[in-house]
Order: sequence, then C-alpha cells, then structure tokens
Amino acid sequence: MDTRDTQAADAAFDELADASPVDPAQARETVEAEQAEAAEAFTEGAPQTEAQQRQHKHNHLVQAINWNRIEDEKDLEVWNRLVNNFWLPEKVPLSNDVQSWGTLTEAEKLLTMRVFTGLTLLDTIQGTVGAVSLIPDAITPHEEAVYTNIAFMESVHAKSYSSIFSTLASTKEIDEAFRWSQENPYLQRKAEIIIGYYEGDDPLKRKIASTLLESFMFYSGFYLPMYWSSRAKLTNTADLIRLIIRDEAVHGYYIGYKFQKGYEKLTAEKQAEIKDYTYSLLYELYENESKYTAELYDPVGLTEDVKKFLHYNANKALMNLGFEPLFPTTVTDVSPAILSSLSPNADENHDFFSGSGSSYVIGKAEATEDDDWDF
Amino acid sequence: MPTAVLGAEVADIVYFSSVSGNTARFVEKLGRPASRIPLYASEPPLEQREPYVLIVPTYGSGNGKGAVPKQVIRFLNDEQNRKHLRGVIAAGNTNFGAGYGLAGDIIARKCGVPHLYRFELFGTADDVRVVQDGLDALWQR
Repeated sequence: MDTRDTQAADAAFDELADASPVDPAQARETVEAEQAEAAEAFTEGAPQTEAQQRQHKHNHLVQAINWNRIEDEKDLEVWNRLVNNFWLPEKVPLSNDVQSWGTLTEAEKLLTMRVFTGLTLLDTIQGTVGAVSLIPDAITPHEEAVYTNIAFMESVHAKSYSSIFSTLASTKEIDEAFRWSQENPYLQRKAEIIIGYYEGDDPLKRKIASTLLESFMFYSGFYLPMYWSSRAKLTNTADLIRLIIRDEAVHGYYIGYKFQKGYEKLTAEKQAEIKDYTYSLLYELYENESKYTAELYDPVGLTEDVKKFLHYNANKALMNLGFEPLFPTTVTDVSPAILSSLSPNADENHDFFSGSGSSYVIGKAEATEDDDWDF
Repeated sequence: MPTAVLGAEVADIVYFSSVSGNTARFVEKLGRPASRIPLYASEPPLEQREPYVLIVPTYGSGNGKGAVPKQVIRFLNDEQNRKHLRGVIAAGNTNFGAGYGLAGDIIARKCGVPHLYRFELFGTADDVRVVQDGLDALWQR
C-alpha cells in the first residue's frame, strides 16, 4: 500500500475520532429538513440546489436501497423489464453478414460505416454523460438504480457497433469512419446541444434532452439497418439493432414518465414554459438532424423517406414526454417496408375496423381458466 | 349479439392503464363512457355485465412473457366479464417488433374475439378517429 494513502486514511480516522458523537434524533431531523428542502426545490423546477446535492449524498450514505419498499412501482417494473431484455452483441451471429456486406457498393459501405459511428457517438454520450447525469435528480433510490442499468446498456450498445465494425470492415475503414464522426459538423453539433443540457442546472430539461435523444435522435441512424434488412441485406446486423431499438423504447418511456411526474407538480405558468422549451428544442434538433440526414442519405436517394421516419419518431418522443404529436400523418407515412422491418405488426395494423387489415377469422372460443394464463 | 345503444350510460369500453396513464389518455380522447380495471388487488374487482370492447396496453418485451397486465388477466378470469367481451384494442410501441400490441393478440386468441386495432403510446388524432368510427359501426352491426 502506498504510504501516502495510509497516512491519508489515518488522518481521516483521527478526524472521525475527534468529532463529537452524533445525536441520532438530531441527525434524522437534519436529513429530513434537507430532503424537504430538496423536494421543494425540485417541485419548483429550480436549478439544482446545494440541498439537492446533499440529498443525493444522503441517498448513498444514509439510505440503503430497499427493494421491498417501493415508492414508485414503475421503478421495479422497468428494472425487471430491462433485466429481462438484457443481451450482449456476442450472442448475435454477425459473421453471417460478411457475404452480404460484400454485395454493397463502396458508397453504401461508406454510408453504413458513418451511420454506425454516428450512433456510437450518441450511445457513448448517453452511457457516460446522459443517463449518469440523471442520477442526482432521482426521487427514489430505485430510480437511481434504473439509471445505472440504462447507462450500462448504453455502453453495451456503443460497444456492439464495434463488434459490427470488426466483423465487416478493415481497421483502416473503421479508423476513417471514426475520424469522420469527429469532424462532421452536424454530428458534433447534436452532441454539443445535448451535452449542454446534461451539464445544465435544470433537472426537467435534462430529462427532456435525454428523452429526445433516446426516442428521436437515434432514428436517422436506425433507418439504415431497417432499410438493408427490408432488402434481405445485413439481416443479422439488423437483428442486433432491433435489440437496441427495443431498449431505447423502454429508456425513452421511463425517462419520459419521470419527466411527467416532475412536470405535473409545476405551476401552469411554468408548465407552459417547459412545454414551449420542449418544442423549440425539438425544432433545433430537427433542423440539425435534417441537414445531417441529407448529407448522409442524399447520395443514395433516401433522404425523404428517412425524414418521414424522423417525423414519426419525433411524435413518439413527444408522446413519451406526455405532449401531443407535432407532425401530421401526411409527413409520417414511412414506407411500409421500413415499418414492417421494424415490427411485423406495424403496417398491417390488424385494422379490423376499416376492413383494410388482414382478414381476421374469429377463432373458436375456449373457456379461459386461471392456469391458461402464464404469469 | 345483444345490442348496446350508444350514448347510453352503460360503458361500452373497459380499459386498463398503469400509473403512466397512456391508455387512460387515449380512452379520455374517445369521450365515451368507460370503466377502468382497478390497478390494485385491494380494490373491488370490476364486473362488466354489458357488451364491451377492451383497451389494454402491452407489457414486457418481445418474448411474449407477461405481455398482458396481470390486472387484465384477473378481470378476464371472471367468466361473466369474458362473456360480454366483443373485441380488443391494444396499445404498444413498434420498437418492440413482434411484441407490438401483443397483449391484444393473446387476448383475442384466448377469448375468441377480434383484435380490432393497435396504436402506439397514447395514440394520434387519426387513431382516435378510426377507433371512434369503428366502435360506432361495431355497435350498429
């Protein structure tokens, strides 16, 4: 052991020994007063106060997480869902795509590499800055635990792109794609906008930025593997991306839900301000995203359809935050091939009402018994 | 099929919604009389004795386990409740792939009723319109 460490540790013990004994009642009172102050500050949507920061410390030092006493049942439900959804890229047989990769043109390969480095950057931000920045704002210790799960999964996502790269591309191609991601102004701009809010002082705005990232900003990238899959190309890669897409849905839903819990407590005036802020941030991101999309997809002629996919997902991001969708259905009509690549149920929609869905034959009714239901 | 008259006080919709309230929000937009399946087992169970359409969210992931909320299972295990079920509408998210609206598929299969429609999160204005018109037509059939 380093002597300096030993000395420092001894000094710390001396300090503890010198301190006067703690009166438990008084300590509890102090903690409760600080928690009340923090709760009040949060209600008003005020910038993070010293009390909030102290409360965060208390969550760790005083309050051990008790999963048998749940304050918000969503925490446990989402934790379970995330754990059940856990996966690793090593389980996906990416090497089966090597042959398919060989059928892509040079331009298509370049596009794919760039799209995936763009996604890697977003997952890196969300894993190391975004989800982590939400932890101090958590209301319950279980909420903190859920964010740590989200942060870790984002790091798994970021790493899985590297698995795709090492399977399909040469070191030179990989390095060039990463260099591109560092130099592309639109990609850097979106990273900058989001990180700005993560490092800001408003807990609700952090959640808005995070939900928009999870539920909107990834989709200019997610479009491409869905497109390849609809053409029977890179289908294993698409399977891996679908796992990421599934995770992002739970993340966006949960962070959006926690946002709504805070938003409900605001005054009408403050609510209007936050709502305006959300729509204007979405516009700012959308404008940048459109340019990013055009630069990537113009050479292959897909920009317009990708933009529809962006509109469709922007609406869902807003809904995760509890706000009404912005884009009308006339600009969210993504090509059916992409939608069914995303979900086989999406484009058919079993639209029994209009009769346009697949024909439905009513099955023979069977008595439903308790043990028919598996849970 | 027993006829239910629209505009009557009797609810023609039964729904379940968790604390996040997406499905409740969709049902509110329909503006029809509707009964909510209780969230907690400690609450008195809902007994539906008129024909109705069930609107439910889908839980879980793509593997199908736990897709139907357990409160809905409890409600459907009452034979009288099952008897009056005419169709199901499921909420979900296309991000779940084949799991999108899966609760509706499972209930439709178990209870022998049509899966009428699926929508995402709390539904768009178009979803509300289609379901509104669809329910009107269904009850006149």
